[in-house]
Amino acid sequence: MATVTEYDTITAISTPPGEGAISIVRLSGEQAVALANRVFRGADLTQVASHTLHYGHIIDPAAHEELDEVMVAVMRAPKTFTREDVVEINCHGGIVSTNRILQLLLAVGARMAEPGEFTKRAFLNGRIDLTQAESVMDLIRAKTDAAMKVALNQLDGNLEHLIKNLRQEILQVLAQVEVNIDYPEYDEEQLTAQMLREKAGTVQQEISQLLATAGQGKILREGLATAIIGRPNVGKSSLLNYLLHEDKAIVTDVAGTTRDVLEEYVNVQGVPLKLIDTAGIHDTEDKVEKIGVARSKKALASADLIILVLNGSEPLTAADRELLQLTSQQKRIIVLNKADLQAVTTQTELTALGVTSAPLVVSVKDQAGLDQLETTIKTMFFGGIENQQKDILVSNNRQIGLLRQAQQALHDVLAGLDSGLPVDLVQIDMTNCWDKLGEITGESAPDELITQLFSQFCLGK
Amino acid sequence: MEVKQYSSKEYDVIVVGAGHAGCEAALAAARMGQKTLLLTINLDMVAFMPCNPSLGGPAKGTVVREIDALGGQMGQNIDATYIQMRMLNTGKGPAVRALRAQADKADYHAVMKDTLENEPNLTLRQGLVNDLIVTDGVCRGVITATGACYEAKSVVLTAGTSSRGKIIIGELTYSSGPNNSLPSIKLSESLEHLGFKLRRFKTGTPPRVDGNTIDYDQTIEQPGDQQPNHFSYLTPDSAYVKDQLSCWMTYTNGTTHQIIRDNLDRAPMFSGIIEGVGPRYCPSIEDKIVRFADKPRHQLFLEPEGRHTEEYYVGDFSTSMPEEIQLKMLHSVAGLEHAELMRPGYAIEYDVIEPWQLTHTLETKVVKNLFTAGQMNGTSGYEEAGGQGLIAGINAALRAAGRPADFTLGRDEAYIGVMIDDLVTKGTNEPYRLLTSRAEYRLILRHDNADLRLTEKGHELGLISADRYQAFRVKQAAITTELQRLANVRIKPGQAGVQELLAAKGMAPLKDGLLASEFLKRPQISYQDVAALIGPGAPAVDRYVQEQVEIQLKYAGYIHKEEQKIARLRRLEAKKIPERLDYAAINGLATEARQKLTKIQPETLAQASRISGVNPADLAILSVYIEQGRIAKVAK
Repeated sequence: MATVTEYDTITAISTPPGEGAISIVRLSGEQAVALANRVFRGADLTQVASHTLHYGHIIDPAAHEELDEVMVAVMRAPKTFTREDVVEINCHGGIVSTNRILQLLLAVGARMAEPGEFTKRAFLNGRIDLTQAESVMDLIRAKTDAAMKVALNQLDGNLEHLIKNLRQEILQVLAQVEVNIDYPEYDEEQLTAQMLREKAGTVQQEISQLLATAGQGKILREGLATAIIGRPNVGKSSLLNYLLHEDKAIVTDVAGTTRDVLEEYVNVQGVPLKLIDTAGIHDTEDKVEKIGVARSKKALASADLIILVLNGSEPLTAADRELLQLTSQQKRIIVLNKADLQAVTTQTELTALGVTSAPLVVSVKDQAGLDQLETTIKTMFFGGIENQQKDILVSNNRQIGLLRQAQQALHDVLAGLDSGLPVDLVQIDMTNCWDKLGEITGESAPDELITQLFSQFCLGK
Repeated sequence: MEVKQYSSKEYDVIVVGAGHAGCEAALAAARMGQKTLLLTINLDMVAFMPCNPSLGGPAKGTVVREIDALGGQMGQNIDATYIQMRMLNTGKGPAVRALRAQADKADYHAVMKDTLENEPNLTLRQGLVNDLIVTDGVCRGVITATGACYEAKSVVLTAGTSSRGKIIIGELTYSSGPNNSLPSIKLSESLEHLGFKLRRFKTGTPPRVDGNTIDYDQTIEQPGDQQPNHFSYLTPDSAYVKDQLSCWMTYTNGTTHQIIRDNLDRAPMFSGIIEGVGPRYCPSIEDKIVRFADKPRHQLFLEPEGRHTEEYYVGDFSTSMPEEIQLKMLHSVAGLEHAELMRPGYAIEYDVIEPWQLTHTLETKVVKNLFTAGQMNGTSGYEEAGGQGLIAGINAALRAAGRPADFTLGRDEAYIGVMIDDLVTKGTNEPYRLLTSRAEYRLILRHDNADLRLTEKGHELGLISADRYQAFRVKQAAITTELQRLANVRIKPGQAGVQELLAAKGMAPLKDGLLASEFLKRPQISYQDVAALIGPGAPAVDRYVQEQVEIQLKYAGYIHKEEQKIARLRRLEAKKIPERLDYAAINGLATEARQKLTKIQPETLAQASRISGVNPADLAILSVYIEQGRIAKVAK
C-alpha cells in the first residue's frame, strides 16, 4: 500500500546545479518552519513574521556542529509558490555544505521532494491555472520516469540485497509478534522484549555501517570527483576542453532531482569523471598565480583524483612545487604538458622531489599522449573499485535520509523497550523502520506481513 | 412441471439468508423502521454455526464489540448463550487484548431466532430464493422456488456457502449447503446473468466426536476466566456465567502424520477434486502436514458444542479425507483413541462474488439497490459476516427510506472498515479473515473503546436506545472528568505512601512533585496505585472508566503518533474521485494503474493509493486530473 505522502514536508536544493555563489535549500509543507527551526540557530523561526529574512547558522543538533552561515527566508501560506509554508535557506558554503544541510533536513523528518513535486503542489493548491495543468501532468510523468531510471541505476545491487535482508529479518520478528497476538493459544515462541531489543540493536548497527559508507559510495554513484589543478597557463583549460569534447559529455542534469555536487561530467573510457570547479579552471588561467593556487587548494579538498598539470617546457616554479607537495598524499596523475615544445622539466627532477610514479608526457595541443592519460584514469578507477567491492555503498541523499529515519525508528524501539512498554506497542516503531527501509528499495508488496505470517507459522482452526 | 409464480407482499427491505450476516442486516433494517422480510432456506439453521462453536478472539472479538456499539445483535446473543468466556492476550498491550467465547451452538441459534421473531417490522420466513427481479439495472425484488414474487425497495444477499455449494469427503462429493442443508443453485446463475463475476472458494470443518468417549486425562484442560467480561456493552457483570465448560487441548503425533501421508492420494486437496481456493490461515490438517513437514506435532482443541449435547468439535483438525481415514487419524491422537465419530469433517466449495464489484456501502456496482454481505463476499468467519451484514442492512434501510445510502466506516474507525475497504479495494484471492495486522491503527481500534468509537454513529442511525445512549454519555463524561482531575492533582515526594509504593515496585524515589497524570504514565504504576495516593474520583470511577483513563494516559505517545497518521489519511480520504471516471482519457497513467483503476473505480484518492500497482506518479497525475476537472467545472 502506498503510504500517504501528500502532506509530507518536502525539501530539495532548488538552485540550478553548478557552482554558484549561493545555493538555496527549499522546504514546503506544514512542518517547513518547524523543521528549519530545529536546525537553525538565530531567531526563533516559528515566531517570526511571514516573508522575512533571518541571519543565523545551520547547526547539526545531534553533533552540535555548525555547518554554515545562512540567510533564511520564512514565507507562510498561502502567499507562496506552493501555497504551503515555505522556507528557503540561502547557503554560501558551497555545494558540499549545502548538501549537508539538505541531509540534515532529511534526517529531522523532511522528505526528499519527488520530481516536479513543488510544481504539483502549487497546482493542487490552486496556484497554477487550468491551461498549465496538462503540462504539469506531462512534466510529472516525464520527470518521474527519468528519475525512476536514475534511482534504479543508483541502487547498488549489494545495497539492495542488504536492505532486503534487513527487511526480511525485521519481517520475521514482526510476524512473530503478530502470531503471538493473533494466535495466543498456540504454543509458538513468545517474542520477548529482549529478543526485540537484540534485533533492533543488530539492525541499528548494520545501518550505522551503511551510513558510514555514504561518502565512498558517492564516488561510484556520482563519478570520480576529479580536480584538474595547476598554476596558470600550464594547459588546464585545454585539457578540460579536450575532456569535455562533445562525444564525452554526459548529460546528467535531471532537473528537480538532487545531485550531491553538480559539476561537469565526462565519460573517460567508461569511467564517470566529475570535474570539480571547472569554472575555476577557466578563471584562473588569466589571474595572478596566487589566486590560482588558492583556488586549486580548495578543489583539492573534495577531490578523489587530482590531475596536476605542469608545463614541461618551463622549469618548475615555487607554485608547482607547492602543489606537488600538497597533493603528495592524494591519488594523483601528474601530467607534463606541452611535449610539443622543448622539454625542460624532466622525470628525474620530479623524482628528486619525491614523485614516485612516472608523469605522463602529453601535448594537449597536438593531442599526443592523451590516450595514455585516459587509460591511466581507467586503471586507477577500476583498481580503486576492486578494493571497495566488499563495501556496500550508500550514495544518494534520498537513501541517506531514509536510512537516518529508519535509524530514528530503531532508536524509538529501544527507548520504548527501556521504559517497559509491551512488545506489541514498540512494534509500531519497528514497523516504521521496516517501512522506511522498504522505501529505499521501493518494494512494498501487498500483504507482505500476512504472507510471511502464514509461511513462517503453521496456523489453523 | 413449471412452478407458477404469484405476487406476494411488498417490503421495504428483503434479506436473503439468515446466517450471521443476514440476521444483522435484517435486524438493522427493521430497527431503522423498514418493513423487512428475512428469507432463509431452513428456519432451523438461523444463526447457525456450521464450523467452530466459538466467537471472538483477536480482531474478530473487536468486530463483535463494534457490531454491538452500532446497535447490532451478535454481542448480546453470545452473552446470552456462551458456555465459556476468556480474555486473551492479557499479558500484552491494550491494543491486542481480545475476548473469546465458546457458544452453545443450539442456544445461539434459538436465541437469535427468538429475537428475530419478536422484532417489530420483521418477518422471518423459510424460502429458497432462485431469482432477482431486476429492471433497468435496479433490483426490485426476489422470486422464491415456491413461486412467490416479493417486491422491495432494496435487497441484501447473504447466501453464505450455500451458493452452488459442494461438499467433499474423500472420494464422495455432493451438491449441498453447509451441514447438509439445501444448496442454492439458481441464484448463482441469476447473478452470472446479471453480469457478476463469481469465483470458487473452499473451506472446511473438522470431525465431531462424542464427548463421552474422550479420555480427558490425556488432554490439557483450558477453563474459562473467573473475572467477568462480556461482549455487549449492555451486559452487566452480574450476568456473568460462573458454571462454565472447559475446552481440552491435545496434540497430533508422528502416527497421525504418517496416516495422513500414506493417504494423501485420497485427499481431495491433493487429488484434484477440490478446485476452490482455501484459506492459508485455516488449512486442513493434511495441508498442514504437507506444508510444515518438519513440525512434529500440531495442537488440537476439543471444544464442547453446547450444554445439552456431548458433541465435541475437534478444533484445528479440519479435513476432507475419506471417513475411513478420518477415523484412523482421530484414533491416533492422545485422548481420542476410543473416540466415537459423530459427524465426519468435510470440505465445501461455493461461489463468491468478487468483492471489488461492491462499493464501501456493500451495494453492488452492477445492480443498484442490491447489497451483498458475509461469506458470499469472500470472507470467512461469523464475526466478519456479522459486521458486513450490519453495514449492508443499514445502507439497504437508508436506501429504502429514500435517504442517502452512504453509511461507511473508515480504516481508522473500525475493523469492520478495514475489512470492507480491503475487500472492495483489493478483492481477495482466498477466504478473507480479519487479523490485527490488517489494521494500520490497531492501537486506536481497540476492543475496549469500540463504544467510544461507534455508539454516536449507531445513535444517529437510530439503532441505539435512548437509555443506552444516556449511559454512554455518562461514561464519556466520567472519562473526561477523571482525566482532568489527574491532570490537575500533584503527587508530592513527601506525600504519605508515595516513596513506599515506589520502593515496593523497585522504582527510584520521587524527588520532585509530579502530576498524577504523569505519574500514571510510568509503566509499573496502575490506576489503582494513583487512586490510592490521591483518593477516588467523583462520581465513582468504575473499572471501564479506569481502563480508558489508564490506556489514554499510558499510551498517549503512541496514540498520538497514530492519530497524526489518521489525520493525514482523512485529508486524503476527503479527496473524492468522480464516479465512473474514464481513466482511458487521462494522459500519463501507467497501463497497470489504468487497468486497476478502471476495474476498481476507487471512491477517493486514499482508496486509490491502496490499490497495488497504482504508484505515486499515477496518484499525482490522478490528483492533478481531478483538480483540473474541478477547476473546469468552476470555470463553466
